[in-house]
Amino acid sequence: MAKSTASDSILDAKAPAGKMSEKWEEYKGHVALVAPNNKRKIDVIVVGTGLAGASAAASLGELGYNVKAFTFHDSPRRAHSIAAQGGINAAKNYRNDGDSVYRLFYDTIKGGDFRAREANVHRLAEVSSSIIDQCVAQGVPFAREYGGLLDNRSFGGTQVSRTFYARGQTGQQLLIGAYQALSRQVSLGTVKLYNRHEMLDVVTIDGKCRGIIVRNLLTGKVERHAAHAVVICSGGYGNVFYLSTNAMLCNTTATWRAHRRGAFFGNPCYTQIHPTCIPVSGDYQSKLTLMSESLRNDGRVWVPKSAKDRLTDPRQIAESDRDYYLERRYPAFGNLVPRDIASRAAKVACDEGLGVGKSGLAVYLDFADAIKRKGKAAVEAAYGNLFEMYEKITGDNPYEVPMRIYPAVHYTMGGLWVDYELMTTIPGLYACGEANFSDHGANRLGASALMQGLADGYFVLPYTIGSYLSNEISTGTISTAHPEFEKAEQEVNDRIQKLTSIGGTQSTESFHRRLGHIMWDKCGMARNAEGLKQAIIEIQDLRKEFWSDLLVPGRADEFNPELEKAWRVADFLELGELMCQDALAREESCGGHFREEHQTEKGEAQRDDKDFMYVSAWEWKGEDTKAELHKEKLEYEEVKVAQRSYE
Amino acid sequence: MKLTLKIWRQGGRYKGEFVNYELPDVNPDMSFLEMLDVLNEQLVSRREEPVAFEHDCREGICGSCSLVIDGRPHGPMKGTTTCQVHMRHYHEGDTIVIEPFRAKAFPVIRDLVVDRSSFDRIIQSGGYVSVNTGQAQDANSIPVEKQQAGHSFDAAACIGCGACVAACPNASSMLFTSAKISHLALLPQGQVERRRRVLRMVAQMDKEGFGKCSNVQACEAECPKEISVGNIARMNHEYLSATFASEEEIA
Repeated sequence: MAKSTASDSILDAKAPAGKMSEKWEEYKGHVALVAPNNKRKIDVIVVGTGLAGASAAASLGELGYNVKAFTFHDSPRRAHSIAAQGGINAAKNYRNDGDSVYRLFYDTIKGGDFRAREANVHRLAEVSSSIIDQCVAQGVPFAREYGGLLDNRSFGGTQVSRTFYARGQTGQQLLIGAYQALSRQVSLGTVKLYNRHEMLDVVTIDGKCRGIIVRNLLTGKVERHAAHAVVICSGGYGNVFYLSTNAMLCNTTATWRAHRRGAFFGNPCYTQIHPTCIPVSGDYQSKLTLMSESLRNDGRVWVPKSAKDRLTDPRQIAESDRDYYLERRYPAFGNLVPRDIASRAAKVACDEGLGVGKSGLAVYLDFADAIKRKGKAAVEAAYGNLFEMYEKITGDNPYEVPMRIYPAVHYTMGGLWVDYELMTTIPGLYACGEANFSDHGANRLGASALMQGLADGYFVLPYTIGSYLSNEISTGTISTAHPEFEKAEQEVNDRIQKLTSIGGTQSTESFHRRLGHIMWDKCGMARNAEGLKQAIIEIQDLRKEFWSDLLVPGRADEFNPELEKAWRVADFLELGELMCQDALAREESCGGHFREEHQTEKGEAQRDDKDFMYVSAWEWKGEDTKAELHKEKLEYEEVKVAQRSYE
Repeated sequence: MKLTLKIWRQGGRYKGEFVNYELPDVNPDMSFLEMLDVLNEQLVSRREEPVAFEHDCREGICGSCSLVIDGRPHGPMKGTTTCQVHMRHYHEGDTIVIEPFRAKAFPVIRDLVVDRSSFDRIIQSGGYVSVNTGQAQDANSIPVEKQQAGHSFDAAACIGCGACVAACPNASSMLFTSAKISHLALLPQGQVERRRRVLRMVAQMDKEGFGKCSNVQACEAECPKEISVGNIARMNHEYLSATFASEEEIA
C-alpha cells in the first residue's frame, strides 16, 4: 500500500493502514459518527456550489447538519463545472472490456505520472460507480443505447471505454443534478443559500477554522459567518494565466486566503494544458474555448511536413506531405495519448515552425477520414454541438475544413493540500474538488475532474467530516462576536479600502493580462530555471506596480464588479509567484510540469523518483518572505512505479 | 469597424437612461462581450463607471450572459447566447441598442444586470427528484428508451438564462418551468413526484410575478438552446392531470 508517510511532522496524510483495496471500507467501518440529534447542533459552511460544493452541501444537508452554502454567482447553477463537455469516468465495466476498480486506479496513478497519493486514488476509483448510480437516480439524462442502457466512450489516456456522457454537455447535466439536490435541501431548510456572496477570508480561533468573512456583492457589506467546519469547493486557479478555458470569474481567492491563514498549498506548479482548444486570434481575447477531448476519438491531428505549407489550404496538402505526429510518435495510443503529451507534441511541432494559420500557433484536427468512414450523420450525432460551437467562434466549417487547435490552460492539479480526510492543515477547514490538490498527481486524465468533484462531495467528505465534527458536539454555537472575527473583518475592510483608494492609472484587466503573459511564457507548457527566476522577479515588480498604480472605479459599498476583479487579481499576483517557486524547486519533469533541463533524448518528460517523489506543500510565511516547502513523501506499495510510456 | 453603442445605464450616477458610446475600432473576430470589455477598459481609463453586465463561461453554457440586443434577447442569431455572438455579423457604422432583460420578476440590479433568483426559487419548489445520496440502485437497473432519454435531454439542455422571459410580451416563465417539468416527467426517475412537482412549480412561478402564456412563442424563437414550446403543452397537460388527482395522492 502507499502509505503516504509524512516526512515532516506537520504533514500527516492520515491514510489508513491495511490492504489498498480495504482501506476505505476499513476507514468507513471505524470512523467516528455524529448522532442525528447532535448533527442538528452543528453548522457547516460550504464555499462554492459547483460539482464538489453543491454535492457536498446537499449531502451534508441530507445528513442533518445545518449548512450554509455560498456562491459569488447569481445562482449555484452557474459554476464552471457546467462547461465540462466530454464525460465522467466510472469503473462500471458495463462494456465487458476488462475494466475494474484496479484499472481505473492504476490508469489514474499512471496518468498522474506517479505523483498522486495511492490511497486517495483507490478510494476515488471505488466510489466512481456509485456516482453514476446517484446521478441517474437524480434524473441526469446520460447517453443511452437502443436497449435503454447507458452508453460509454473511450477517452484520452485509457484503453477501455469507461466514460459516461451526456452529449457534449456532461458537466452541465451533472451540475444540474447536484444543483437540484441542493435546491431540494434549500426548500427543506437544511441548507441556507447565499448567492452573490464572495468569501474573502477564513477565521481561525485557537488554531481551528471557525468561519469565514464574506462580501455581499450587491451591497458591498462585509459579513461574518461562523461554523464548526468550513469546506472550500471554489475550483481551480487556471485564470492566473489570464487566458485559459476557465470561466471569466474563476479565481484563487478562497483557496489563497485559506493559504494565507495557514493552509498549505499543494503542488501549485501542476497545471494542465489541454491540447484541443481554439487558438488565440487577437490581443482583445478574453478567454479560450475548449473543444472536447472526445474529438480525438475520431479526429486525426497533423501538421504539414514542410513549413512552406503552413498557410496552404489544408485540403490541398497531399497525404504524403502531412505529419500525423501523434500516430507516428505514439503508435499504441495514437491520437488518444494523455493531455500533457498531446499538448507538448503540438508545441514541439509549432516550435519547429510547422504550426499552421497566421499565428503559427495551431495544428490541424481533421475529421475527413471519420466522415468518410462513418458518414457525416454519425459524426454529426457524436460531435454536432462542438462543430457548431467551433463554427460560431471561428467562422470555419469543420465538416469541410480541418479544425485548427492549440493547447490552452484548462485545469490545475495543484490546490490546497489535504489529508486522506480532505482536511487542510487548518483543523476544521476542508477542501474538495479542483480546489484541493489530491487525486490527479501531476496530470489529470480526461473525464476525471467530474468524477473527483462528485466523489469528494457525495461520497467522501460526508463520511470523513464526521471524524472531526464528532469532537465538536459539545462546542455549542460559535459566536461571530469573537475578537478573531472582528480582526479578520477589519483586515478585509482595510484591504478593500486600500484597493479602492490607490487612485492610479492602470486597470485591473491590464495587470491581469501582464501577469498572464509572464506565467504562460515562463511557467507554461515548458519551464526552465532561468525563466522561472526571471518570472519571480517580474511578478514581484508587477505586484508593486499594482499596489501603487491600480485604478478601481466606483465605491466599495455598492455592486462593483471592478473591485471584485481587483481583489482576485491581487491574489493571483501572489499565487503566480508561488507557482514559479514550486516549478523552480521541482528539478524534474512530470506530467504537466515539464522542465526543459529534464527530458529524455526523445524529448519526453524525465522524472526523478529518487529525489522528487513527494508532494510539495508550501507554507505561507508573509508577503515579503519566501514560502516554506514541506514534503509529503509518496510511497508506492500497490503500483509498480514505471517510466510512463504511451508508445 | 466603427460602431455606436446605445446602452441602458441604471444605478450609480444614472437614474435609468440610454447612453451613447462610440467604438472606433472593433475587430470583426471579437465576440460581443469582448467588445464590451474593450468599451469598459476605455471607460475605466477615463475614470468613468464601466457598464455592468453578467457573463462567465463565454462558451454559451453557464447562462450568465443576457442582454437584449437590438430588441432581441441574446442578439440576432438563432440558438446562440450573447457570448457566442461575434462582431463579424455587424457592419461599419451600425448602431447597436443594448438593454437588460426586462421583467417584473427580474428586477434590474445595475445597468444590464438583473436579478434572476426567481428561477432558483422555482426549481427549489419542486424541480428535482427526491433521492438522498447513497439511495440509488444500479444505474442500469432501469432502462430508458433512447428516444425518450433524448427528448428529456432536449428539455434538460435549458441554461436558465431567462431569455424566454425577456422575449415574452407577458414576461412569462412557462418555457423555463416547463423545460424542467418535461426533463423529469419524461424519465422513469421523475414519475413518483410528477404531480406534486408540476403543481408546486406552477404555483411558485405565479407567486414570483411571471405572466401567463398567450401562445406568442417568442420564447422558443429566442431560446439560445432552442427549447421547444412543446414543453409548455406537456406542462399544461401535466398540470391538468395533476389537478384531477385527489389531494391525498399529491400531498
